[in-house]
Amino acid sequence: MSQSETMTVEHGHAHRDDVGAKMGMWLFLLTEVLLFGGMFLAYANYRFMHPQLFRLAALELNTALGTLNTIVLLTSSLTVVLSIVAMKRNSRKLALFYLGTTLVLACVFLTIKYIEWSTKIHHGIYPGSEELLSKTNGEILFFGLYYVMTGLHALHVIIGMIILAFMFVFIYRGSITHDNYVKLENSGLYWHLVDLIWIFLFPLFYLIQ
Amino acid sequence: MAIGTIASDVKSFFEEGTTKQKKGILSWILSTDHKRIGLMYMYTILSFFFIGAILGVLMRLELIAPGATIMHAQTYNTIFTLHGVIMIFLFIVPGLPAIFGNFFLPLQIGAKDVAFPRLNLLSYYVYVLGSVLVVISLFLKSGPIDTGWTFYVPYSVRTTTSVSLPLFAAFVLGFSSILTGINFITTIHRMRAPGMGFFRMPLFIWSLYATAWIQVIATPVVGITIILVIIERSFGVGIFDPALGGDPLLFQHLFWIYSHPAVYIMILPAMGVVSEIIVTFCRRTIFGYKAIAMSSLAIAFVGYLVWSHHMFTSGISDTSRALFSLLTYIVALPSGVKVFNWVATMYKGSIDPKPPFLWVMAFIVLFSIGGLTGLVVGSITADIHLHDTYFVVAHFHYVMFGGTGTILFGALYYWFPKMFGKMYSIKWANINVLMFVIAFNVLYFPKFILGYMGMPRRYFDYLPEFQTWHVVSTIGSWLMFATLISIALNLIHGLRKGRVAHSNPWGGVTLEWHTTSPPPLENFTKEITVDHEPYDFSLLKEMDYESK
Repeated sequence: MSQSETMTVEHGHAHRDDVGAKMGMWLFLLTEVLLFGGMFLAYANYRFMHPQLFRLAALELNTALGTLNTIVLLTSSLTVVLSIVAMKRNSRKLALFYLGTTLVLACVFLTIKYIEWSTKIHHGIYPGSEELLSKTNGEILFFGLYYVMTGLHALHVIIGMIILAFMFVFIYRGSITHDNYVKLENSGLYWHLVDLIWIFLFPLFYLIQ
Repeated sequence: MAIGTIASDVKSFFEEGTTKQKKGILSWILSTDHKRIGLMYMYTILSFFFIGAILGVLMRLELIAPGATIMHAQTYNTIFTLHGVIMIFLFIVPGLPAIFGNFFLPLQIGAKDVAFPRLNLLSYYVYVLGSVLVVISLFLKSGPIDTGWTFYVPYSVRTTTSVSLPLFAAFVLGFSSILTGINFITTIHRMRAPGMGFFRMPLFIWSLYATAWIQVIATPVVGITIILVIIERSFGVGIFDPALGGDPLLFQHLFWIYSHPAVYIMILPAMGVVSEIIVTFCRRTIFGYKAIAMSSLAIAFVGYLVWSHHMFTSGISDTSRALFSLLTYIVALPSGVKVFNWVATMYKGSIDPKPPFLWVMAFIVLFSIGGLTGLVVGSITADIHLHDTYFVVAHFHYVMFGGTGTILFGALYYWFPKMFGKMYSIKWANINVLMFVIAFNVLYFPKFILGYMGMPRRYFDYLPEFQTWHVVSTIGSWLMFATLISIALNLIHGLRKGRVAHSNPWGGVTLEWHTTSPPPLENFTKEITVDHEPYDFSLLKEMDYESK
């Protein structure tokens, strides 16, 4: 942790505690992990019930696009860190540049995800479609979980983008400074979580075959 | 420690707020003061309690005779669902932490506010949003939800009533609960007054700490489960639909992984309040401070590992049934530790039986009945017979209403003079406790007997031989309703016309009794440092308190 010292500025009710703010954020991230944990549990359960069919269904996903997306998202995590470091060194422009890059990479991720989903939907594979219902239960569950889990992950990407966009404005306006950047750090933590979940989704859906 | 005579010209938090507006509704709904937020929670939560109670009375009235008495079967299904949803999600889960946790957590640790005051206000709004969604769902075209508060699939996926909106409301309410939990954990870690180590915290704070951890760790699981049911209803992905290979048992597991620990969200803060009240009215330090503090954490931890005892008849394996039955017995141990320590604290104490203490006595009796019958249904063989009967209904009403509900009143009677600076009628308060205990047992004890005889829960109709006990229980519901009205009248009268309360009417020594009543905006007029154990009654010699 870069900023171990607590600062307490008392004026009326206002009070600043960076360690406390980060503690709150980590607790929130814990709840997010558990939220996805419920779905990973469902995945584990059904994979255990239908190991062969899950393997069969996974062959239909485009591993190349999935890999590309993993690289994109990992890079975006790197640029968030670079943005925080830049802010710490008081170079606002560089921080804005890296944060902007993160947002662009997030858009690229969503675009690739959109292409993947729309290809699947075009081929008639979506929840409730005749094509999918004609398949076995294992495959139906695989694609059900695929859409739900990557969908909720994409929702988190969008929420993360909104948060980072706010940080962009805050840096631009100067309310995040080189000695008060805990908001940016917390947003970075959230973005890493989005990244982390993808790190687990990617092998579970694309790689284990 | 800031002890000594307290200046009488201190402005209370009623007179001074955090907002620009000095008066009017805006100075409340925009306030980030933990005390005002606590009171706003109180008014909202108690309103919903009142609605839930009316629904309960209606159900009892319907059951006074076999067959349709005052409503149709479908209406009955809706009413028991709403009674459950309102009482669980809107009343008892947020109840003690949101009202008394908000108000007294900062006061008891000598802080000015919680760690994230604005987040605290946001949690309140999220709670209000959730409750509004519940109310809106009642008026949708498809009709109010009829699944029971457990939302079991596949029925909750197939029924045509409006399920998605109240489910989403439960998700939103869970979010509010999570935010409160995060706020409290951070507050306890970061905001304690200098000198207040973890083992110098009052036991109410320990119980809030354990509760907050459960809120943070358990709630997200039910959150995702609820979302999955909504997705299942909207898109038919198959995760919970047996026709597509989904597993309804998975829903039950995920649901109870939250909803069993949630039982401890409800009861732990009540146990914390009991420790506070017993100490104050016995004038001696708690017996086994560390054992009580640690038993809260033990309950929080083991409480996670018992969820499948709700599923003994759902078709899970014998191995897991035996294991979960054993764990259920183990989780009763820390509760027993608490009860024995409380009783040991009373031994040779100089007991002053004021109304809050009487509520605690009622709690110990009712909660013990509820807890011990919990062990009856926790053993597999007995549960096969008693599962989904009135026995279970009686058990959890004794634990939830007789435990947490009783202590909600106990806490209100204990801290009322601190919160409002006024005193209620002690005589009527004593009568109310007596009325409550009588009404409670008339209302709920027959349900044990009915359950043992085989009366299933959630049924709108019953065999004629059950009628006697149903009538007794229905009469009990009227007595209970009269008691609740009487409690409300006494408190409202105290609020409006009661005498001005002393800042320390009971002779308590925890930090909230060191400040004025009602407390000032920033809680204390002096900087607080702590140099003694939480329940050191030698402090009373130097403190100003009302001796009689």
